[in-house]
Amino acid sequence: MASKAIIKEFAAITGEENVLTEPTDLATYAYDAAVLEQVTPSLVVRPMDSEALGKVVRLCNENRLPLTVRGAGTNLSGGTIPRREGVVVLTNGLNRILEINEEDLYARVQPGVVTAKLAAAVEAKGLFYPPDPGSQAVSTLGGNVAENAGGLRGLKYGVTRDYVMGLDFFDVDGELVKTGGRTVKCVSGYNLTGLMVASEGTLGVFNEITLKLIPLPTYRKALMAVFDTMGQASEAVAAIIANRVVPATLEFLDNFTIRAVEAYSHAGLPLDAGAILLVECDGYPGQVDEDTAKVEKICQELGAASIRAAKDAAERDKVWEARRAALSALAKLKPTLVLEDATVPRSKIPAMIRDLEGISKEFDLTIGTFGHAGDGNLHPTILTDRRDTREWERVEAAIEAIFDRALALGGTLSGEHGIGIAKSKFLEKETSAATIVYSRRIKSALDPRNILNPGKIIGGQA
Amino acid sequence: MNRMNELARMMKELEDQMMVCMKCGMCQAVCPLFADTGREADVARGKLSLLDGLLHEMFEDPEGVSVRLNKCLLCGSCAANCPSGVNVLEIFIKARAILTGFQGLPPAKKAIFRGMLAHPQLFDKVGEWGAKFQKVFTKPANDVIGTSCARVMSPLIGDRHFRPLADTPFHKQLPELHTAAGASGLKVAFYVGCLADKIFPSLAQATVDVLTHHGVGIFMPPSQACCGIPAVSSGDTDTFRRLVRHNIRQFAAEDFDYLVTSCATCTSTIKEVWPMMTADDDDLNGTVRRMADKTLDIHEFLVSKVGVEAVASSNGDRLVTYHDPCHLKKSLKVFDEPRAILNASRGYRLTEMTESDWCCGMGGSFNVQYYSISSRIGERKRDNIKATGCEVVATGCPACMMQISDALSHAGDRIAVRHPVEIYAESLKS
Repeated sequence: MASKAIIKEFAAITGEENVLTEPTDLATYAYDAAVLEQVTPSLVVRPMDSEALGKVVRLCNENRLPLTVRGAGTNLSGGTIPRREGVVVLTNGLNRILEINEEDLYARVQPGVVTAKLAAAVEAKGLFYPPDPGSQAVSTLGGNVAENAGGLRGLKYGVTRDYVMGLDFFDVDGELVKTGGRTVKCVSGYNLTGLMVASEGTLGVFNEITLKLIPLPTYRKALMAVFDTMGQASEAVAAIIANRVVPATLEFLDNFTIRAVEAYSHAGLPLDAGAILLVECDGYPGQVDEDTAKVEKICQELGAASIRAAKDAAERDKVWEARRAALSALAKLKPTLVLEDATVPRSKIPAMIRDLEGISKEFDLTIGTFGHAGDGNLHPTILTDRRDTREWERVEAAIEAIFDRALALGGTLSGEHGIGIAKSKFLEKETSAATIVYSRRIKSALDPRNILNPGKIIGGQA
Repeated sequence: MNRMNELARMMKELEDQMMVCMKCGMCQAVCPLFADTGREADVARGKLSLLDGLLHEMFEDPEGVSVRLNKCLLCGSCAANCPSGVNVLEIFIKARAILTGFQGLPPAKKAIFRGMLAHPQLFDKVGEWGAKFQKVFTKPANDVIGTSCARVMSPLIGDRHFRPLADTPFHKQLPELHTAAGASGLKVAFYVGCLADKIFPSLAQATVDVLTHHGVGIFMPPSQACCGIPAVSSGDTDTFRRLVRHNIRQFAAEDFDYLVTSCATCTSTIKEVWPMMTADDDDLNGTVRRMADKTLDIHEFLVSKVGVEAVASSNGDRLVTYHDPCHLKKSLKVFDEPRAILNASRGYRLTEMTESDWCCGMGGSFNVQYYSISSRIGERKRDNIKATGCEVVATGCPACMMQISDALSHAGDRIAVRHPVEIYAESLKS
């Protein structure tokens, strides 16, 4: 529990009703969507304007109180799990879209704006904000930038990083720092925007975000191709790209996931299929028609057992139903679901899938894999029961094995879920000892008291 | 701490169901309460982790958890949107029963539930007396909607614009009914429900008229009791079971094909909560399950069993919009049928509002305890209704009718609030 005096100081900044101190309230900010130990903070504050946000940061630093910023608490690597003596700062009171500029194609938002709300608001004006993480219906843009969230459209449209034009953020003293801007070109000063994206709240606290918008594609077409083996499906992915077609989304489901989805939604998926590819192209009608025809031809030549092209919006919806149902279908099989996101260069997908099958056998675990075939971002999903301590030990060992294989194939620990607490001890494996030292030097220079989300990404004294 | 250990042991029966939550947080997108407050303890993920906290003896006393658990509309929006299919309503209702069993029922609720609600005849009497005296304390607020408000400041009524108790409740107008199946070859048992009986007797009459028009035989036993939802959602399982037993006895007297109600909340309570909350009593549970299987929402019955269809001439000029009661759409997945009934009503034209299935904010006792939040949620509904430019808003639940009446009346709107069956009954006469 925080002292009465400090509670009073926070209340003076944000108003008493925006400071939570009851143990039962605090306990609801002890977790995020990662399967990790919960840690209950000593205080939760909800600033309702920028000024209050800056003052809260400063007050935390003055009192050496660890500060963890929380949007919707949906991240999958423990980035929003606070420290026991720490303060959770909620951004959902800062949820205004400040500007949608149709001439210069950008939007300015507060960090607590929900991703899907911005997407809908810009779509109503014929514009497009492409990053679409799975949690977009609740996730906040501040959280998306802090985690560099991805989504289904990574292959063609990139990830959150590719849309951040500029940032205002509070440094640890509560002073406002400005980086980037509203122009397409901007080379003034260090690229602090680049440094802040994916920094998981360890280097500063976002106040305002400027995001790039693009014109909304007017036409889209989806198809589903069923393959007997994962190898064939992967060849098809490689061939699609080699033929200079870049679909907006290029997703796959493995056999285990197909069977889970079928049991769950009875969509009529073939139970013996090795893999299903879901492809969607968007853009102008002529180009989209041409591209999907090419994709269809490639899949046929590479031995697809069946191909279903959606003729209208309803059929298109049907095609995507299987992919949307994947996580739910898997979640219903066992009490605990561990969603990993090891990512490999796309040409290595068949090898990674083979390795995952091996890992599943070696550790005697149920693993369903689906994900973003187009960008090599796989979601091996381990189904378990956390209460089974012996199986849980095997789950932890399997996760480590997955990381090792992904790295051996030239991949990365995390495509889009972040490092947080969950993967910080593996970061050196992917990078180098010097990288960790360099990163820690940056951290200690910018945050000498180590109060900004301590222990995340680069570990260090937790 | 021993007491908390005892509570943890009691919570154990919910552990397997609670484990299903993977803390993804998707419930934040649809929770009407969270949309208003932005607090994690108000959304299902937060409440589930507090219950998990009780299971792991994280707290020194249960009061804080209890208060937060009860601050919920029980609308089921979270459950309907949950990727892993957490049975949120069942967990919450059972946890409320466990906590009430552990802490005891607050005196006011004890007096209301056990002193009055559990005794149907007394409850009827109190209602009748209330109807006689309410005019002393209240005055009309909006003649189109039919709401009243307090004459002078009253702690009980507060700022509410409410639909007053009817001068003559339905059970006085028509105490019982026993008619044989007509042209339809079907006979139903009609469960009236407290709100239709005491506040909206015209709805109960319209239901009888529509069933009779379609040649459906009606068995309506006298002395019907409350379905029990106010008691069970406050964790009072004793009163709840008394009421279930009483109703079962009343409806056992005659054979019927289906049991229908024109109240979304009563229907979902009989169909879902009755079987769920009697599972440990084999004798009662068997009868309850048979009854639940036969229970249908009135719109669903009219469309799927009687075959009521849209009429071509229904695109009349009275614009009507429809609000989806949570207990119909989210609990029972009934949403096409009430619209079909409106489309079958001559003289009306249906227009959809945005967020037609966003909760109206009523939530029964939630409205009593958290009136200001409830009103703000109601205002959002009001804005969406108003934006359609409609003359009438229809909804298949008397509780939603009360809440929407309050919101529209406060805004000074002249939009009538009606049940689809009332509108349909009226069109049959014209």
